[in-house]
Amino acid sequence: MPLLEPAFLQAIILSVIAASTPLLLAAAGELVAERAGVLNLGIEGMMIMGAACGFASAYFTGSVIAGALGGILAGMLMSAVFAALTLGLAVNQVAAGLALTIFGIGLSGLIGAGFVGERIETAPHLYLPLLTDLPFAGKIVFGQDGFVYASIALTIGIRWFLYGTRAGLILRAVGDNHVSAHALGYPVLRIRFAAVLFGGACAGLGGAYLPLAYTPFFIPGMTAGRGWIALALVVFASWRPGRVAIGAYLFGFVTILQLHFQALHVPIPSQFMSSLPYLATVVVLIAISRRRGLAGSAAPASLGLVFVPDR
Amino acid sequence: MRLVLERRAERSTAAAVASPLIAIALTLTTMAILFAALGKNPVTALSVYFVEPLTDSYSLVELAVKATPLVMIAVGLSLCYLANVWNIGAEGQFLVGAVCGSWLAVLTQGADAGAWVLPAMLMLGAVGGALYALLPAIAKVRFGASEILTSLMLVYVADLLLDYLVRGPWRDPNGFNFPTTAEFDAVATVPVLVDGTRLHLGALITLVAVAVAAVLLSHTIKGFEIKVVGAAPRAARFAGFSADKLVILTFLISGALAGLAGIIEVAGPVCHLQPNFSPGYGFTAIIVAFLGRLNPVGILIAGLFLALTFIGGEQAQISIKVPLDLTKVFQGILLFYVLACDSLILYRIRAVSSRRGAADAIA
Repeated sequence: MPLLEPAFLQAIILSVIAASTPLLLAAAGELVAERAGVLNLGIEGMMIMGAACGFASAYFTGSVIAGALGGILAGMLMSAVFAALTLGLAVNQVAAGLALTIFGIGLSGLIGAGFVGERIETAPHLYLPLLTDLPFAGKIVFGQDGFVYASIALTIGIRWFLYGTRAGLILRAVGDNHVSAHALGYPVLRIRFAAVLFGGACAGLGGAYLPLAYTPFFIPGMTAGRGWIALALVVFASWRPGRVAIGAYLFGFVTILQLHFQALHVPIPSQFMSSLPYLATVVVLIAISRRRGLAGSAAPASLGLVFVPDR
Repeated sequence: MRLVLERRAERSTAAAVASPLIAIALTLTTMAILFAALGKNPVTALSVYFVEPLTDSYSLVELAVKATPLVMIAVGLSLCYLANVWNIGAEGQFLVGAVCGSWLAVLTQGADAGAWVLPAMLMLGAVGGALYALLPAIAKVRFGASEILTSLMLVYVADLLLDYLVRGPWRDPNGFNFPTTAEFDAVATVPVLVDGTRLHLGALITLVAVAVAAVLLSHTIKGFEIKVVGAAPRAARFAGFSADKLVILTFLISGALAGLAGIIEVAGPVCHLQPNFSPGYGFTAIIVAFLGRLNPVGILIAGLFLALTFIGGEQAQISIKVPLDLTKVFQGILLFYVLACDSLILYRIRAVSSRRGAADAIA
């Protein structure tokens, strides 16, 4: 088997990047929300809404950019509902997130029903003469679609924001101790609202990536648990942006590996291979949590806790 | 002027009773608006959804049939949520229970086994569901891994396991290549309670589960422990209650009930194992648990109400041609409203002028 042939290896790397990008986009956004102390379990719902609305707007306008914006908007609207409940009405974040996912899966099915079977042009790939034509690395580095570059820029931007700016420091303070942050006069709920909206926008964009770049069509439920894997990635990454990227690419690799194994007709049931990304998530969560058990938790200290300011 | 939440000094009883009712009223209003947006007459549509299923005996029986798994799963989940343990993988435990019980049905197929088969199947279903739920519980207690994510990931794994079995080793050889097991033997099916209907023994088992849970919560130390650990973890620690043991216990109970519901569903109304036999009962049960305010009797009522949305949804799809996904939208909206209204039990909303708010802050 020509496993190490450059063309084959290049194809694998390209497909790993494609499979990882939606995970990275969604997980990076959730990381910011969680750093502000809000656990939004509704990523799956926001992603699938991003996919449905992204496809719809790209279908009507014929523009991938409009599609991406549609996805972002859908994700933000969804997260605004979540924020209204958890921040405005002090509802339990776990339950509200679940509700958001159930709602999103239903609504996306409703919106997407008319588009099943339709196709669109997927996002164009970058082409720089000479550079993209470089052997092996050319296509990998200079031949991706805009989403891939956006996801990497996003990760770097979040890292810079969280650790390099005063606003990022305040956001982390709000997530680590909302009582103290409030006492210092920071508007805890407003900062959290912004962080949740940002997370929603990223999840919507990650969802929109699927019908706009990954496959040229929309299928109900096409996110297939990616939102939940994105949540696990944030834990895996110990709430650090750089590690989210590493985690996303690792999981993309597992996903692609099982697809290739299926294509090679390895005598293992395909369902077993398909369950690998989910099993890997469980195993990784256990391994990470166990290691952390020794070193103390890296989670933001106020994560998931309700905050009602006493004015 | 702005609105702020203010913690109530005492839990308001009136709000506790009113909150689910307000939530349902708000959901119905939202639904009416949605129907109008879809170009349907809201009154007709709502009556198809919520009134027609109550008018003929066939639909009434179906209501009980659909409510059976919902209530059984939700009763287990409510124990978890009361203890602040987040098992959201009941759908997986439901499927694994169905698979474990079906194993015996498939094994004894055509062997003319005795009446012991069904009880053994139910037992296997409950044990299978409980063991499957034990995985995230142990991961949580032993390693501190978030039970939310692990229990949910296992849903996808269970789904694929079921898919593999019915497409592979358990496929009916005479089934024209459809991914399903052969029809279960008579000794491997749950008996119906009333001849000529689909009302089966599972409904009674569910009522027993509701009663047992009600007694457990209101009359036993264990039930008290569950509530204290959930509501006041610090107090629970001082009292010497082990939160870890309760994680294991509540996961085991909810897994067993979900697994039992799974095998009852397969051996009852469905009668053979096939992929997608569950319309997401394990997830809808989460809504049932909250709508029922985590109270067994409340859950019984909530389960019947959610069953109504399933049946009404199916009827609406046929008679007024609205997509089936609408049911999920409604269920999601209902959960939003339930949670929002529940908040009003703990807090009251007060309008304060910005200036007074500032003055208060200084004072």
